[in-house]
Amino acid sequence: MVVKVQAKLLDKIKLKENIYHFKVEAPEIVKTAKPGNFIEIRVSNNTDPFIRRPISIHNIDKNKGILEFIFQIKGEGTKNLSKKNIGEEIDIIGPLGNGTFKYNEYQNIAVIGGGIGVFPLYELCKEAKEDNKHVSTYLGFRSKDFVLLEKEFKKVSDNLIITTDDGSYANTGFAINYLEEDINQGKVSSIYACGPLPMLKAIRKLSIEKNIPCQISLEERMGCGLGVCLGCAVKTAESSKENPQYWHVCKGGPVFNAKLVEI
Amino acid sequence: MNTRINFAGIKMKNPVTVASGTFGYGREFHNFFDLSKLGGIITKGTSLKPRSGNKPPRICETASGILNSIGLQNPGIEYFAQNDLPFLKKFDTAIIVNACGSTVDEYVELCKILNKLDIDGVELNLSCPNVKAGCMAFGNTYDGVKEITSKVRKVLDKPLIVKLTPNVTDIASIAKGAEDAGADGVSLINTLLGMKIDIHTRKPILANNTGGLSGPAVKPVAIRMVYQVSQAVNIPILGMGGIINGEDAIEFMLAGATAISIGAGNFIDPYTSINTISEIKNYMIKNNIENINDIIGKVQIN
Ligand SMILES: Cc1cc2nc3c(=O)[nH]c(=O)nc-3n(C[C@H](O)[C@H](O)[C@H](O)COP(=O)(O)OP(=O)(O)OC[C@H]3O[C@@H](n4cnc5c(N)ncnc54)[C@H](O)[C@@H]3O)c2cc1C
Ligand SMILES: Cc1cc2nc3c(=O)[nH]c(=O)nc-3n(C[C@H](O)[C@H](O)[C@H](O)COP(=O)(O)O)c2cc1C
Ligand code: FES
Repeated sequence: MVVKVQAKLLDKIKLKENIYHFKVEAPEIVKTAKPGNFIEIRVSNNTDPFIRRPISIHNIDKNKGILEFIFQIKGEGTKNLSKKNIGEEIDIIGPLGNGTFKYNEYQNIAVIGGGIGVFPLYELCKEAKEDNKHVSTYLGFRSKDFVLLEKEFKKVSDNLIITTDDGSYANTGFAINYLEEDINQGKVSSIYACGPLPMLKAIRKLSIEKNIPCQISLEERMGCGLGVCLGCAVKTAESSKENPQYWHVCKGGPVFNAKLVEI
Repeated sequence: MNTRINFAGIKMKNPVTVASGTFGYGREFHNFFDLSKLGGIITKGTSLKPRSGNKPPRICETASGILNSIGLQNPGIEYFAQNDLPFLKKFDTAIIVNACGSTVDEYVELCKILNKLDIDGVELNLSCPNVKAGCMAFGNTYDGVKEITSKVRKVLDKPLIVKLTPNVTDIASIAKGAEDAGADGVSLINTLLGMKIDIHTRKPILANNTGGLSGPAVKPVAIRMVYQVSQAVNIPILGMGGIINGEDAIEFMLAGATAISIGAGNFIDPYTSINTISEIKNYMIKNNIENINDIIGKVQIN
């Protein structure tokens, strides 16, 4: 169930110059959270910035009631958030999104992420591995300095491939190229993706060509995160110029069956 | 203490309602609190036929406010009557349907249907800035508002509230158009037409280029307009625009509003509406106000 809580900040780790990993106490949210869910965070005590910020759930500890998220400082809102001190409370609504990652019916799952899009994939890998799925993870970054969470993902993957666009670390090129190789060798039964739009477009296309089920996590500007403002629209696959049709990222998503959306 | 009001013939247990387009049809907020606590619920703008809305991005944040160009996406009146109304009827609160259309005939047809539904009133949306045809086009002039309101009045026996656009030079004369055509009340303000440009891409953020501004940024404009309209007409006002707490609500009532609506305030905190109700009560206790009706229009002009 969706709840609003004052979550105490338990730990704050600076992963990079502008990327923070927060661990908060939010048992009511964690109780029903699923991989792919997100939260909406209040980032000011006054009216500016006005609306909440959507951030993905990175990791949940159901026993301890701890929720983790990682964010990059982009503008005023995330900058304010980064200034919170350990022990302070953060106003959070969650878990949000009815569209979450589903892997039950598949055995060999391929999880692919790019840049800061890798955060929501961690809980998916972790749960899938606990459920004895074979988890292959492909994470692409711009260059060595941008590589994130390698150690963490290693623990929750049977096979982890890190790529950098310029080859300054690990494998050279795009993560999708390595995924495609594994698809061609028949090693992949389903795909899960989150990352920059061009990457998601390429993965969606590949999954359709190869006829492999694929779930992608999308972002859109949000007003409410609750499904009432209808702001976070994304075209459905049946949408046409004459008859446009939309899903809503906060309601039907953020994770969608790649075949059913047009991006 | 009495917080009951009678707005345009609609009896409400308190003056706090939730604004059209910011509360859906209530389901999502029902998780957070008992909807019966509200004075009333104004539904998302609903049209005769379903509408798919505008291209995204549809939302963008500005200083203390948001710009939206949703484009009145809604499932249509039939769907509403079958699926959403039965849900809303479970609660002890006034249900007001925000009605929108593209032509006069469409408004009339829609209101014929609304007249038969078990609802407490209709808010005629003559003021949406985000759709090309209709809506605001009618709301721009005294004659336009009068014409459409009279035609709707003929087919609607329920309380009729006309929602006004602030994107006009003289809102008081437009309100008069609604009053002269037999409206039972007016509501204001809808959103102010605005625009935001990304200076890096040099493109507007909203796919529709322009959108409607709401939130605390518009409150002073809304207060001024509520005041001006209250001086010009004798029908009651549903005031809105930037209300996020009890103090804001009291300010609107002093300016002349009988009831108020909370819009974007629902997004920053799902409890904004019911917190506002408690804050109004606290204000009444602190200021020895026995009856909330005693503060309506009681601004003391300099
Ligand atoms: C479902 C979802 C999950 C997300 N998960 C994460 C995450 O785990 N980690 C992370 O670092 N970022 C995530 N984002 C992006 C994050 O929401 C934005 O970076 C953040 O809102 C920027 O706010 P700001 O005030 O710092 O930036 P500004 O650019 O100043 O924000 C201005 C406005 O635009 C909105 N906005 C800007 N960028 C985005 C965006 N990409 N998506 C949606 N709205 C945006 C903001 O919310 C705000 O209303 C996610 C977005 C969505 C929709
Ligand atoms: C996302 C969004 C959708 C809206 N949709 C409608 C609508 O369908 N019909 C309508 O009359 N007004 C609509 N409005 C306007 C509000 O009802 C209200 O008049 C306006 O937002 C001012 O109040 P606020 O500042 O409290 O938000 C919408 C506003 C927002 C923010
Ligand atoms: S953000 Fe409001 S409906 Fe999705």
